[in-house]
Amino acid sequence: MRDLLSRSLQTTIIFLVVGGILALAFGGYFSTASNWFTGLLVDTQSWFSTRYIAIQDFFAAPRDVASLRQRNAELESEVAALRAQVIELSERASQVDTLAALVDYSRANPESSYVAADVIGRDPSPFLHYIIINRGSNDGILRGMPVVTDQGLVGRVDAVIADAARVQLITDPLSAVNVRLQASDVEAVLNGSVTGNLSLNLIPQDVTIEEGDLVLTSGLGGGYPTDLPIGQVINIRKREADLFQQASVQAVVDFSRLSIVLVITNFRPVNIEPLVPSPVP
Amino acid sequence: MRHLVAFPILALAVILQSAIVSRISLLSGYADLVLIIVIAWALQERVETAWHWAVLAGSMYAFVTGLPWAIPLAGFLVAVLIARGLQKRIWQAPLIAMFTVTFLASLFSHLLSYTVINIIGASMPFGDAFSLVTLPSILLNLLLAIPIFWLMRDLAQWVAPVEEED
Repeated sequence: MRDLLSRSLQTTIIFLVVGGILALAFGGYFSTASNWFTGLLVDTQSWFSTRYIAIQDFFAAPRDVASLRQRNAELESEVAALRAQVIELSERASQVDTLAALVDYSRANPESSYVAADVIGRDPSPFLHYIIINRGSNDGILRGMPVVTDQGLVGRVDAVIADAARVQLITDPLSAVNVRLQASDVEAVLNGSVTGNLSLNLIPQDVTIEEGDLVLTSGLGGGYPTDLPIGQVINIRKREADLFQQASVQAVVDFSRLSIVLVITNFRPVNIEPLVPSPVP
Repeated sequence: MRHLVAFPILALAVILQSAIVSRISLLSGYADLVLIIVIAWALQERVETAWHWAVLAGSMYAFVTGLPWAIPLAGFLVAVLIARGLQKRIWQAPLIAMFTVTFLASLFSHLLSYTVINIIGASMPFGDAFSLVTLPSILLNLLLAIPIFWLMRDLAQWVAPVEEED
């Protein structure tokens, strides 16, 4: 009985002591000692932890590098595919913009019927200014049909095969278009050149023309429909000794960036050669 | 049978010329890929089909261009004539021959085109045509000459391989 009491007392004392120490510790009375102790524990744990992680990395790292490399390759290929998609989509967007402009143009000019064509090539000779389009006689294209963009006149069909056609641009040195100046209602002839510049010839001396005057097709000769915009006068050369004035014209169409054009399919050029008087022998 | 390779190669050259090379201009001139190929082929030893290539190239070129068909044909035939003449004289320096023929043939081809276009009806100042079209085109042709010459040399070795002597 006495032993039992002494053991209970010992246990009680131990609990009280431990409880008291804990209470004192929670009360902050052992902060220095507890900090030193916990610091020692943390340092020890950190030492073991870093060694363990290092050993784990040593064994696990090669597998991770391989998987990372594979993942990197996958992501790189995905990036490349997305870049290609971005390029394709931006190209399509640009094409859609061009087509939308051409559709607007054809809606604004419902009297004509059009066939849209891609520009697929240029003349191999640098002396000539021709383009090759991917529409031919199978699409109803005939020689002499005018070719335009939403901005203005491009040229006319010069040769046709089944699925392609060659178009002579108005900038070609052999091209001559009868035009009129909108402001003064004066008629003249527009010629191309080897450098692609447009010049206005056969303007009467007694007519006043100004820079900025709009140049339109006159329809004379039956080669082109009337009132297709061509460009603006940018420079005038008038000399008293000359029979006619000359002027330079800035085309409204950017011929270096032609990608899609419209062929006016319901226009038939008039052949006036039989009406031209031949010299009497 | 290997000689028929001229058809796909010249067809591809005309397509590339029309679709790509003609869009890469220096001033108003650009290179003539088909002419360079014909010259490079004519300068290869053991090649016996240079005249065939010239006629074929001229026909294909005439199909695309707005020039009268005889102009490119004459240009290619004269190019082969110059190449064959020079090959026998400076056969030890094929690159010099390539440059010389490229220069002379380009010049002849442009003068011929210029003359014919003026006869047809265009009035082009000679100075403008020479400085803005011919000189830049010759420069681009000379730049293309070396790579095309090596390509055609490899092709010539495939078409007409050297027979090993025992």
